[in-house]
Amino acid sequence: MGDNGFVKRAMVIGGGIAGISASIDLGNGGYEVVLVEKLPSIGGRMLQLSETFPTLDCAQCTLTPKTVETGQHPRIKLLTYSEVEQVEGKAGNFIVTIRKKAGYVDWEKCTGCGLCQQKCPSKNPSEFDRGMGLGKAIYTLSPQAVPNKPVIDPSNCRYFKEKKCRVCEKICPVGAIDYEQQDRFVEESVGAIITAVGFDLIPKESFGEYGYGEVPDVIDGLAFERLNSASGPTTGEIRRPSDGKIPKEVVFIQCTGSRDPERYMPYCSRVCCMYTAKHARLYKHKVQDGQVYIFYMDIRCTGKGYEEFIQQVIEEEGILYLRGRVSRIFRDGEKVVVWGVDTLTGKKVEVAADMVVLATAIVSQKNTKNLAGKLGIKTDDYGFLTEAQRKLRPVETDVEGIYIAGCAQGPKDIADAVAHANAAASKVQGLFARH
Amino acid sequence: MEYLYFPGCTLYTKAKNFDQTARDCSLLLGFELKELKNWTCCGATFPLATDNIMALLPPSRILATAREEGTALTTLCAICFNVIKRTNRLIQEDGEKRDKINNFIEKNYQGDLKIIHYLEILKQDIGFSQLKEKMKRPLAGLKAAAYYGCMLLRPFDEMGFDDKEKPALFEDFLRALGAEAAEFPYKIECCGSFQSVGSPDVATECAYRIIGSAIKNGAEAMVSTCPMCTFNIDRKQSDIKQKYLDFKPIPVFYFTQLLGIAMGLDSQALGFEQNAVDPLPLLKEKGLL
Amino acid sequence: MKIELTRHKVHNEFAKKVELISGQNLFACYQCGNCTAGCPVAFAMDVGPHEVIRYTLLGLEEEALGVNTFWLCASCLQCTSRCPKGIDIARVMDALRMVVLRKKERKDRIQIPEFSEGFLEKVPQIAFVSGFRKFLS
Repeated sequence: MGDNGFVKRAMVIGGGIAGISASIDLGNGGYEVVLVEKLPSIGGRMLQLSETFPTLDCAQCTLTPKTVETGQHPRIKLLTYSEVEQVEGKAGNFIVTIRKKAGYVDWEKCTGCGLCQQKCPSKNPSEFDRGMGLGKAIYTLSPQAVPNKPVIDPSNCRYFKEKKCRVCEKICPVGAIDYEQQDRFVEESVGAIITAVGFDLIPKESFGEYGYGEVPDVIDGLAFERLNSASGPTTGEIRRPSDGKIPKEVVFIQCTGSRDPERYMPYCSRVCCMYTAKHARLYKHKVQDGQVYIFYMDIRCTGKGYEEFIQQVIEEEGILYLRGRVSRIFRDGEKVVVWGVDTLTGKKVEVAADMVVLATAIVSQKNTKNLAGKLGIKTDDYGFLTEAQRKLRPVETDVEGIYIAGCAQGPKDIADAVAHANAAASKVQGLFARH
Repeated sequence: MEYLYFPGCTLYTKAKNFDQTARDCSLLLGFELKELKNWTCCGATFPLATDNIMALLPPSRILATAREEGTALTTLCAICFNVIKRTNRLIQEDGEKRDKINNFIEKNYQGDLKIIHYLEILKQDIGFSQLKEKMKRPLAGLKAAAYYGCMLLRPFDEMGFDDKEKPALFEDFLRALGAEAAEFPYKIECCGSFQSVGSPDVATECAYRIIGSAIKNGAEAMVSTCPMCTFNIDRKQSDIKQKYLDFKPIPVFYFTQLLGIAMGLDSQALGFEQNAVDPLPLLKEKGLL
Repeated sequence: MKIELTRHKVHNEFAKKVELISGQNLFACYQCGNCTAGCPVAFAMDVGPHEVIRYTLLGLEEEALGVNTFWLCASCLQCTSRCPKGIDIARVMDALRMVVLRKKERKDRIQIPEFSEGFLEKVPQIAFVSGFRKFLS
């Protein structure tokens, strides 16, 4: 506590790589941090990735040390499966009411043994696996979840829907299942808040010309990450969702919903050129006799080692880059027909693909605007948090004591999100140092 | 219920079967098509050149005189529908052009006529479930492919007829008649339109791809709402057969012909003599006639 | 195939005329080719619609008017409906037609006397009226 009752505790909203990085910085700087995350465990989007560009490091291997450090940090208080309900006060004296959502599992008792998940008979398409895998009603997001404690999703649970089953309750060795659990509210008093709530992808159901999400084997980039992940629905084998066959003709389409002011988002989503090249390469490593076609308008690869990565992918993997958009996709029997163009030769191009991967636009999370309203900060036309000054104050907002970090402010890759988060943490520490 | 009706030049002659079955069916369904007292050809294309006001005069005149007779105008031909509706929107939005046009045709039309397609009347005012109840001879066992073409759907913000990528209205209509609707990807692709006059080979190829796609998806017949499309995919099947020797013709119906069959119209009244590919064998095979 | 560009040659009178008639901004086209990719008659065209737009913007009147692209356009509006920059490509194609047909040489694209006899009886009015609008000067 500083002079005049200035509270030198920080809150970080969002437990993705940006939120985690900021929390660790602040924790190591000697300050207490409350990290609020709406999912049951921290890690955010990186949990869904298999390998990261340009080094192709395993995402889990890079992320897990950070999530573990966060979970074990003496000064970081983790409030997962929680959301910010209300914010009052000002810098140095924010009172934040947080809703701890009912997970129907008493985490004080739970040991994380995992028996409940093993025995749960429910199988439902999993959002984490982009609708491709089958998840249980009682679940953790990954085997290395931090905290490694499950929650029950009542919309998929047989007990909540039909009053049957109750297997998890019977099997739990410590009696941690509590179907009567209610949402609880806690208040936290903090001096500064960092908002790092991350991003979403525009749903592929938005694209009428690509089938409104109803054409089988047309998936988005995150879904491809799940296919390529050892912890994913196909244990890392590239198999197409409809029939499990290994696709030999794969089309990737960049700029799906990005750079499209007339119909979708006008901006560039910044990371798709790199991750598409990454996907193409990872695919070729696993399916050596497969052919990849990438439809692009430009290739944006400005980070360190990015241009070299792209050129290596183009030169060494037999991947065909076609400069042009795709007008339409539809199903024809076993194949997905792609109508595109190669503007460099001027020719209309048709590919009968086995699978199509759409690099869909990065958009803000649905409730970012709502949260911004609670914090009294602005969002832009697309729901991204607005920085105080575009060039010189990228992590501050118009409200003293409230900072922003990561993709919640705009699309960026992991390195930039971490740098952004480090900057926000530094600003908080600066704020605290002045009081 | 009464709607002002604009038949269009082709429906008066080469597509009389379309016009007649529409009129007969409307009476059976309880609404009247009141043909406009004076009408001319709509021009068959909405002028895309922004400085071409002459081409806006015929549809504007149609709109103005219709508005003197009533408040809602319906049509069957997709191209007429497109021309008239787009002209109506232009008159609503472009004050300068509206004044120039009104000056020339000596009318004072302000763009407040409602333009509704016959299929929209069936959906919105009658309702497909009501339609289903009036079926005397449901088209059970017939698998038909609804061919929308382009003018019904595009540009979407002006036509507002149905989703331009995945429309469903026409298929819902077929299902209300008891038929099975064959979905096929080429249902929104252009038949070639006036290229049957400019570059007939290109139009033949377009028609071949459309019909081929429909047949591949199980269609036994095609259904159309435009005499231009019908010319290209019905009458031109003989041209297709000359180029693609193993092409098997399938009949093309106007949607009101199918409606007529389902409502129990006599086969004489259905105008099959104007259909290029004879639909009778198929209908007899399905026990529908 | 080398062209020399100057400020007088690019976006010249020809290009400006096409923009005026079509009401479209040719600079807005970022050459993604979506129009060509979805065009139902592009298979028969010398070059796709996006290329003709490029020729026009660069002021290459002879190249732009020498292809069959806009003559084959069926005005189906698929290109317009999918252009990510909101360009009404069908209007640009029609504008190119108009530029040719309005020239003082009055050169028709189709010659009515060349139609076969049976043709005139077979083809419905709707095809002739729209066809004549698009191909006759």
